[in-house]
Amino acid sequence: MIIEVKNAEFGYDGRGSVFEDVGFSVGEGEILSILGPNGCGKTTLLKCINALLKLRKGEVLIEGKRVNSLRKSDVGKKIGYVPQSHGSTFPYSVLEIVLMGRAPHLGLFSSPSAKDVEIAKEAIEMLGISHLMNRPYSQTSGGEAQLVLIARALAAEPIALLLDEPTSHLDLKNQMVILSFLEKLGENEGIAIIMTTHFPDHALSISHKALLLSNKGNGMVGNTGDVITEDNLRDIFGLDVRIISVKDGENSIKTVVPLRKGSFDRKQKLKGGIYNS
Amino acid sequence: MKRAVEKKGVNIALIVALVALPIIALFASLTLGRYEISLGSAFSILTSRILPIEPTWTEIEETVVFQIRLPRVLMAMLAGAGLSIAGASFQGLFQNPLVSPGILGVSAGAGFGAALGILIGGPAAIIQLFAFAFGITAVVGAYMISRTRMGSSLLMLVLAGMIIGAFFTALISLVKYVADPEEQLPTIVFWLMGSMAGASYKDLLWGAPPIFIGSSILLLLRWRINVLSLSEEEAQSLGINVQWLRWIVIIASTMITAAVVSLCGIVGWIGLVIPHVGRMLVGPNHKVLLPACVSIGASYLLLVDNVARAATAAEIPISILTALIGAPFFVYLLRRTGGKWA
Repeated sequence: MIIEVKNAEFGYDGRGSVFEDVGFSVGEGEILSILGPNGCGKTTLLKCINALLKLRKGEVLIEGKRVNSLRKSDVGKKIGYVPQSHGSTFPYSVLEIVLMGRAPHLGLFSSPSAKDVEIAKEAIEMLGISHLMNRPYSQTSGGEAQLVLIARALAAEPIALLLDEPTSHLDLKNQMVILSFLEKLGENEGIAIIMTTHFPDHALSISHKALLLSNKGNGMVGNTGDVITEDNLRDIFGLDVRIISVKDGENSIKTVVPLRKGSFDRKQKLKGGIYNS
Repeated sequence: MKRAVEKKGVNIALIVALVALPIIALFASLTLGRYEISLGSAFSILTSRILPIEPTWTEIEETVVFQIRLPRVLMAMLAGAGLSIAGASFQGLFQNPLVSPGILGVSAGAGFGAALGILIGGPAAIIQLFAFAFGITAVVGAYMISRTRMGSSLLMLVLAGMIIGAFFTALISLVKYVADPEEQLPTIVFWLMGSMAGASYKDLLWGAPPIFIGSSILLLLRWRINVLSLSEEEAQSLGINVQWLRWIVIIASTMITAAVVSLCGIVGWIGLVIPHVGRMLVGPNHKVLLPACVSIGASYLLLVDNVARAATAAEIPISILTALIGAPFFVYLLRRTGGKWA
């Protein structure tokens, strides 16, 4: 297993826990999607995995080693992180931004070598954004920026990739571009991928596993098809949904249709407490 | 100029210009002053120390170049380069192009140290020592105030720096208030306005090392400062120990600024504006920006100091001139580029 999370519990100082008793594992080339309502701790969980935040209980293992026992640069080498948004004060070029992905491999006093530039350029090429190479990052569109950040994460040559809502803020086409890319990345490069998303459809389309986090703080994990069901989504989001299949030639695509009726009924609050991994 | 930012790397002509600029400025500056010395003699006098050249110049010329002009020229260049590089590093670290090297209170602290030294009637060495020590103390104080269990956030650090700065500024006023208005007060006021007059090798001997060491550290870290200028979380996810790296950059910049203030008083404007000029020329990448700042900062402060000592019969305080000469130039650049570099 590349990433294992066991009995994870997190809470901010002096407050109740955001989530507790969450556990899952992601192997080579596997994709796991984390779903759940706003504020359930999806991003927090992601940050615990690459040790940006510290778990209150439980542990995160990277290739069997506790993440907190690894050096920061080693975590950076193994796990690529793609944040949801990125603002840069200075108008670095796309190449300069992607090159920063090499930071975990470089010594304190060193600058990127020609080989590092080569690797960064390969990552840029892989994402199909070579034409943006010398453009200021601040002048790229939302979709392009997302690709740049993925290229930066890949420039570290990681074994796992964490993505925080990679498809939010993107138009339909770009959502599919990102999803297809992630799917190929898992298949061809064997990179383990964990992503948070607000779209159950996206989880259904590419992820092998899914983790549903509830506002109650506990989670439910399993194969995507077993976890993302009408019943579970209703319980987690407090909303009636239908899951239907759409034919696309040979393939059939599953999609989640929310039913608006009753969605404003306050009584339909989460019951919770029954999901456990 | 805008093209230079977008183009891959920096073109050769620009690099040559940035290397040549301070060297040309150095020799040109040696010829300036009331005692006339030609560019040729200035060049021969300097090189005679390395190469065996038959003297074709008078002894007075040699004394003027070596004992009077050279130390002052070197000090101006060193201070200009140091302040610019400290400013550029701080702007990267604080992710804010409006930051100057004095943001954590080092200038106010050093100014107070010097004023106190003058008040107690200490010799030059004591004044310089006090300035350096209080400059460092101010920043250490700001850091201590901002420190929490989670490390120190940038906002806390800036706030703490402002508090420390205000505190020491008040202390400077207090010293001025109690100082003897005939002798000490004018000395304090002129000292705070900055001047390179009276620069000697003795000053350089102890003032140059902190500036050299601080600048070398920042130059070595220059690519890392790029990563540091991203958000804290991003930098961390890229394997950087943010708290630690910040502290190194702060120590290095503070050493530079405290040493500069103790050598030649408070020199404003350079540390804030030269990094912007650098970004307009070579782009925001600190790997290129910091060396560019060395060249531009050294040349600019030297130019300003030449005006300060040679434009009028009396010496003009340097802080008046840095902005007076720099502001129109900066406006020109700003209008030309539309502020797109930052």
